[in-house]
Amino acid sequence: MGLVLLIIIWLITFASTYFFIAKTWWLPAGASAAAAGIDHHFTTTFILMGIVFVAAQVSLGALVWIYRDRGSSSSKVTYSHGNTKLEIVWTLLTTILFVGLNLMSSSIWASERFRPAEPDAVRVEVTAMQFAWYFRYPGPDGKFGATNPELEDASAGGEAALGLDTKDGASKDDVVTGTMVVPVNREIEVILRAHDVIHSFFIPTMRFKQDAVPGLAIRMHFTPIQTGDYEILCAELCGLGHYKMHGMLRVVSQEEFDKWLAAREAEKQ
Amino acid sequence: MATHEFAAQESHAHPGPQGFVRKWVFSLDHKVIGLQYYFLALAAVFVGMFLSLLMRIHLIWPTLALPLLGDIKPETYLTLVTMHGTIMVFFVLTTAPQGGFGNYFLPIQIGAPDMAFPVLNMLSFWTTLLGFIVMIAAFFVAGGAPLHGWTGYAPLSAMQSTGPGEGLGADLWIISIAIFCIGALMGALNFITTTLDMRAKGMTMMRLPLTVWAWFVTAILGLLAFGVLLSAGILLLMDRNLGTSFFVPLVTINGQLTGHKGGSPLLWQHLFWFFGHPEVYIAILPAMGMCSQLLSVFSRKPIFGYKAMVYAILGIGFLGFMVWGHHMFMSGMSPYTAFAFSIMTMGIGVPSAIKTFNWLGTLMRGRIRFTSPMLFAIGFVSLFVSGGISGPFLAQPVLDIQLHDTYFVPAHFHLIMGVASIFGIFAATYYWFPKMFGRMMNESMARWHFWFSFIGTYAIFMPMHYLGMAGMPRRYSQLTEVTYLHGLIPLQKFITYAAFVTIAGQLIFLVNLFWSMFKGKQASDNPWEATTLEWTTATPPPHDNFGGHTPVVHNGPYEYSVPGAPRDYVMQSDPEIGPAH
Repeated sequence: MGLVLLIIIWLITFASTYFFIAKTWWLPAGASAAAAGIDHHFTTTFILMGIVFVAAQVSLGALVWIYRDRGSSSSKVTYSHGNTKLEIVWTLLTTILFVGLNLMSSSIWASERFRPAEPDAVRVEVTAMQFAWYFRYPGPDGKFGATNPELEDASAGGEAALGLDTKDGASKDDVVTGTMVVPVNREIEVILRAHDVIHSFFIPTMRFKQDAVPGLAIRMHFTPIQTGDYEILCAELCGLGHYKMHGMLRVVSQEEFDKWLAAREAEKQ
Repeated sequence: MATHEFAAQESHAHPGPQGFVRKWVFSLDHKVIGLQYYFLALAAVFVGMFLSLLMRIHLIWPTLALPLLGDIKPETYLTLVTMHGTIMVFFVLTTAPQGGFGNYFLPIQIGAPDMAFPVLNMLSFWTTLLGFIVMIAAFFVAGGAPLHGWTGYAPLSAMQSTGPGEGLGADLWIISIAIFCIGALMGALNFITTTLDMRAKGMTMMRLPLTVWAWFVTAILGLLAFGVLLSAGILLLMDRNLGTSFFVPLVTINGQLTGHKGGSPLLWQHLFWFFGHPEVYIAILPAMGMCSQLLSVFSRKPIFGYKAMVYAILGIGFLGFMVWGHHMFMSGMSPYTAFAFSIMTMGIGVPSAIKTFNWLGTLMRGRIRFTSPMLFAIGFVSLFVSGGISGPFLAQPVLDIQLHDTYFVPAHFHLIMGVASIFGIFAATYYWFPKMFGRMMNESMARWHFWFSFIGTYAIFMPMHYLGMAGMPRRYSQLTEVTYLHGLIPLQKFITYAAFVTIAGQLIFLVNLFWSMFKGKQASDNPWEATTLEWTTATPPPHDNFGGHTPVVHNGPYEYSVPGAPRDYVMQSDPEIGPAH
């Protein structure tokens, strides 16, 4: 029985580890400035935790086999209540490992979340509602116009779904779209809002996730570094259509972005 | 003090009840109440498991109509998710290890004739049962059970108009949890008082079996956590039915104003997780205690580092109240607090690692007997390591950005608080069954059950880590809407097939349990040659546990292979083995 346990525990351990190391299924390729740092720290954590995982499982398998009851040929059981020195060493080592890992990653977290967006960042307001994403650009005046919940018409979509107050001067040049278009290599500041319940704005390739909470306007930033189309998902359970609350992020060159935004402005006039 | 203790115990020596109803239904006997809790959890676990099976089937065959349910709509899937989680967490993981085994064995292991408050004990069971009935009723009301997940995040859970199931079904869900909290609070008081006041002579705190330490600390966690959840539940009910706005700011549903304003959705999350994180330890601590005990018994060796184990239980219990914010890194909470919660969370890994180290240390240089309880205890250690190792990923906000709310999270918590705890329950069942029913369980069925469960668990939950890393979100009823998820569907299929096999293996357990109750081999009083007090009394134990006398304790709980002793174990009530030990 000891040998069977050893074989099964080792097999499970090596098979699981193989798929991690072979990267058969891995993080989607990163396309934002933060991705490299985050992925690097992921790999560091993975290696350290992987060593602990394999060491613990391999020892477990080995111990149950070596110290199985062999009847009369068993060696004598060592009568011992433990070893304080070993306990202290073990405690210190794990403390250093866990707290150290944490401190290593804190600078990435700080640069992602402690600092506000650069003043020249491209600002996009992201509004979540059951079960759609809307994106609003402030237009040439750089100001988002007022919105009013009483004006909301969800079925009409676009500006009406946001309840945009067209009487407000600042709202005249606001552009509302169903696809998020942003220029590459510019910092994007998103201002996250939700109308009804909590949603979560998740762009896996950008290593970006943040809940959109009703009543709050949450400001976050990320910098796409590769052009292309990227999927946006809702990551917080928001109701029956959660699975299809899907959006697209299109990262284009600065010129293309300017042209696109100008065309949307022209449509409005 | 001694006379006082004696008097306190004397008053509990009530005569054994005669009629069937007083003996088996409205019983005051902690042993019967323990069995009642156990069978409640057994019923609940099969309901919960059946729901998970339906989820797995729907995920990979989304258009398939199911028996009883017909076509599965997206909201039906979310109902399954919600009820699976709620039933498993409350009525299985909280009920069986603490209410079931704790009730049955805590008094016997400390040498007491019963719990401190037998009437309160009976009430706590019947309250819990009522909670379960109300929870199940949610399936059958108009609109069905709620879809807001076991975490019930507001505002989704706070208004009728947010989706199907958020009407009466959601009210029943909250009421059920509130009732459960009341039962759990009564139970917690009883456990704490009993442990502090009812110990037999010589049963010092540092001679308590680690199971008792685990139940004791779990009860303290329950006392502090369930009160908060109860209050939060009442506030949520008020938001839903009385027009208050504790958790709901100004929101519009489908463009319609709701009349709420000024509340905070994050307040619910803080209150919920202030309960919810300690709840993880409420589920896992008793399993840790049981497995510590079993590893020592079946390695025929004292537990490695008894004191360190006790301090680790206390440390986990204490730190367990300071880490709730790690569920909320992406919630909009201040990123500075995320930093603090992260450090505390990594800190809680330390006592967990100490326990793992000591479990391995206990096996080392022992003489291991591969009985069925031991197999599950070894399986527990393996699962605990595997589930624990993904903790430091999720505990770091930087990595949580990618992993939060993906399959990586269910992979993590199912291994560590779900299946590891269940392995604790299985181990305890195989271990204490002879004491409870006077018969042994069938060993070969038990072994098959172990292999199905152990390999099956890994086959189900290990691939979920890969899904999570690849970015598959949780709680998606269909995987076809997002292009990059298509490539991951084969892995989902594998998980469903593994679930079929694993669940089939659980039927072996069910058969074994009931077959052995009537046909199992007769058990002796101490079939495992173990040292704690429950093995000194008759099988099954008499109404007052020790047949008229109160045991006196002279030794620690894990004295195996003591040099010079006549047998390879010295029981707690045996003459003292001397200060050298």
